[in-house]
Amino acid sequence: MSHIQVVEGSEAVAFAVKACRPQVISAYPISPQTHIVERLAKMMADGELKTEYVRVESEFSAASVISGASAAASRSYTASSSQGLLLMTEVLYASAGLRLPFVITGVNRAVSAPISIQVDHQDAISLRDSGVIQFYVESSQEAYDTHIAAFKVAEERRILLPVMVCMDGWILTHSYERVSFMEQEEVDGFLPPFQPVNFLDVNDPKAWGSYAEDDVLMEFKYAIHEAMQYGKGRIKEIFSELAGITGRDHGGLIEAYKTEGAEVILMAMGSMVGTVKDAIDEFRSQGKKVGLVKIRCYRPFPFEDIWGVIKDTKIVAVMEANFSMGSEGAVGMDLKAKLCGRSDAPLVLDFIAGLGGREVNKGTIDQIVQKAEEVAKSGLSLQESYWVDLNSAILQ
Amino acid sequence: MSITLGAVVKGGSSLDYKTGSWRDQRPVIHEDLCKACGQCEMVCPDTAVYVVDDVYIIDYDYCKGCGLCAYECPADAIEMVPEEK
Amino acid sequence: MSIPQIARHEALFTSGHRACHGCGMALAVRHILKATGKNVIVVTPTGCLETFSSPYGYSPWQVPWIHHLFENGPSVASGVAAALKAQGQDSVRVLVIAGDGSTFDIGFGAISGMLERGDDVFYICVDNGAYMNTGGQRSGATPMFAATTTHPPGKESLGKTQMMKDLPAIVAAHGTPYVATASVAYLKDLQKKVKRAMKFHGPRYLQIDTPCPSGWGFPPDRTLEIGRMGVDCGLVPIFEMEDGKITSMRKIKKKIQVTDYLKAQARFKHLFADKRGQAEIVNIQAIADRSIENYDLIRRSSKE
Repeated sequence: MSHIQVVEGSEAVAFAVKACRPQVISAYPISPQTHIVERLAKMMADGELKTEYVRVESEFSAASVISGASAAASRSYTASSSQGLLLMTEVLYASAGLRLPFVITGVNRAVSAPISIQVDHQDAISLRDSGVIQFYVESSQEAYDTHIAAFKVAEERRILLPVMVCMDGWILTHSYERVSFMEQEEVDGFLPPFQPVNFLDVNDPKAWGSYAEDDVLMEFKYAIHEAMQYGKGRIKEIFSELAGITGRDHGGLIEAYKTEGAEVILMAMGSMVGTVKDAIDEFRSQGKKVGLVKIRCYRPFPFEDIWGVIKDTKIVAVMEANFSMGSEGAVGMDLKAKLCGRSDAPLVLDFIAGLGGREVNKGTIDQIVQKAEEVAKSGLSLQESYWVDLNSAILQ
Repeated sequence: MSITLGAVVKGGSSLDYKTGSWRDQRPVIHEDLCKACGQCEMVCPDTAVYVVDDVYIIDYDYCKGCGLCAYECPADAIEMVPEEK
Repeated sequence: MSIPQIARHEALFTSGHRACHGCGMALAVRHILKATGKNVIVVTPTGCLETFSSPYGYSPWQVPWIHHLFENGPSVASGVAAALKAQGQDSVRVLVIAGDGSTFDIGFGAISGMLERGDDVFYICVDNGAYMNTGGQRSGATPMFAATTTHPPGKESLGKTQMMKDLPAIVAAHGTPYVATASVAYLKDLQKKVKRAMKFHGPRYLQIDTPCPSGWGFPPDRTLEIGRMGVDCGLVPIFEMEDGKITSMRKIKKKIQVTDYLKAQARFKHLFADKRGQAEIVNIQAIADRSIENYDLIRRSSKE
């Protein structure tokens, strides 16, 4: 029996984290994640949350503290955004390599320079090679549920990797939604105490962080990839198990929205998905066959699930709020790489939208679908990513 | 050597690597001069001096031949001799 | 007569590590762990100690040990300490054993945070005065005019122009309850200080002068001798501070001139090559004299 409250997105996350009983939380402020760690601090100050809360002097240390805590067998958590996530990069790579599980909320925000505190996905996308599992959520409810699942995914004995739950800054963190909370017993039943495979133990001394020569390094890295590949199936099971308890099924690694018979399938992640779904409802009511693949788990990249949905469509229009300078959008690249060589693959077009908080609205989506249809009709393909709503008038 | 989860290694496994092979000179303790003060055991960076039945002996499996024991011995009871190959 | 294998397993930092022969750092670590006993978790950032003690498959550490990154020894340790506290594990303590590169330079911010928060971590810096692991580049701990590969002597240079950063003073300025210096030249003193520090809770700092035969350029059997000379010329003051007040200092029985110390190491040999160097030795002597005065290091005869 759950209860419902109207809460700010950050607060929903704080409640989820609290319910998971982390023994160590580290905190360093950066907009727009700060409300999460502030809420957790207040819970602690009021005796509602028993944890060791470490107020660090940088995000590098925030990630390092929870890495040490994880190695010492404590469930641990932190949150960051943008510059802070990038500062943690080295730590996240190292902790993935050392197979130290923890959960971190990546509140998505654009990356300097120029400095911007508005939302886009460049920050977390920049970490996609690190071995950190990445989930993207559409709503505060999904953020709440996904954080609880995230701890279980991270601590799964054949996974043991850091998990980042990405949620859009301001749009999700600072807006208010009705969120349904689980009862503590339900969370405890779903998420038992952390049982590490290895930990820093005076009764069984081991060494973490050896250096590896060229005869073993590749195999260590392959093991991370293997864990992520295994994770594809296990993550779905865990999401499903949680859905069985809450009655809220957000989907597996992806959600297919009105894709039956679709001629154009959009692909997106994060809060813009909400807008895309509204646009699709409108398209469908007009008889236009447009659908959506919402990516919930970006790393590991869920190609098999995506293929199952897109294999019969003509065009996939990826819309993403990130860009790999000198090349294309990351999600577009991931998809195209997997489709390369398949003669039956749909056309994939890559649209860059929403950088630095630029609004993604129905008009944006209309443009994208229109462009996609144009390109398909002309028989040409769109080689370069298409930057939607780019104001050429102000370019130098 | 196969990989382990997270490259975690058992403590004490360095004993599988015998650093004694590095030596080009070896310490020899002259028991008749040794005053059993324990300095040699104290100053060895490689834990290569042991007391067995009140006698100080060198652990030649690991001794690197640095000569600290010989130099620091207050009784001049340790002599560095060239390592025979 | 052979050594029983069980004896080799009693040493908490045992044999088989890949340190250079005569390594001051390896010697220091042996004695640190003799003093702490086995109920410690050790965090070591990247550096000589980490590298020579962790080729994959070969660990001399018979206490739980973690190497994470170069600049986060203190923060990883803070995390371990927080975990132990959350778990109610009072008898297990946390040590950082780190080189000078990590301590003085890249990990400096993290140390300050750990000290300021008052985390229950005993931070020990084993100082060999340069980034020795990578060939001897200069660090904030390199003494003035020492030759390093990134500040080498040459026609227009005599090596590092800056003084060594005064880490103990910086640490003490954080209100750290126990701050001390030690040397591998005095191993019983080193052990005593480790034991004393373990009696405190909260952050503690010990900086150990660990001469490096390979990097400083002296024969490997002179590690303790060089250590003694550093102390006896005043350049390496040995003291303890508790709550900001000096509680002990090692008096110099017989002061030596810095020249004796510098002449014994190849890293200073350029100072004796020409007039430029000779002129600067005066500056080094001045540093030593100032240190002697500040810490009151000369033993006064009872006759005075």
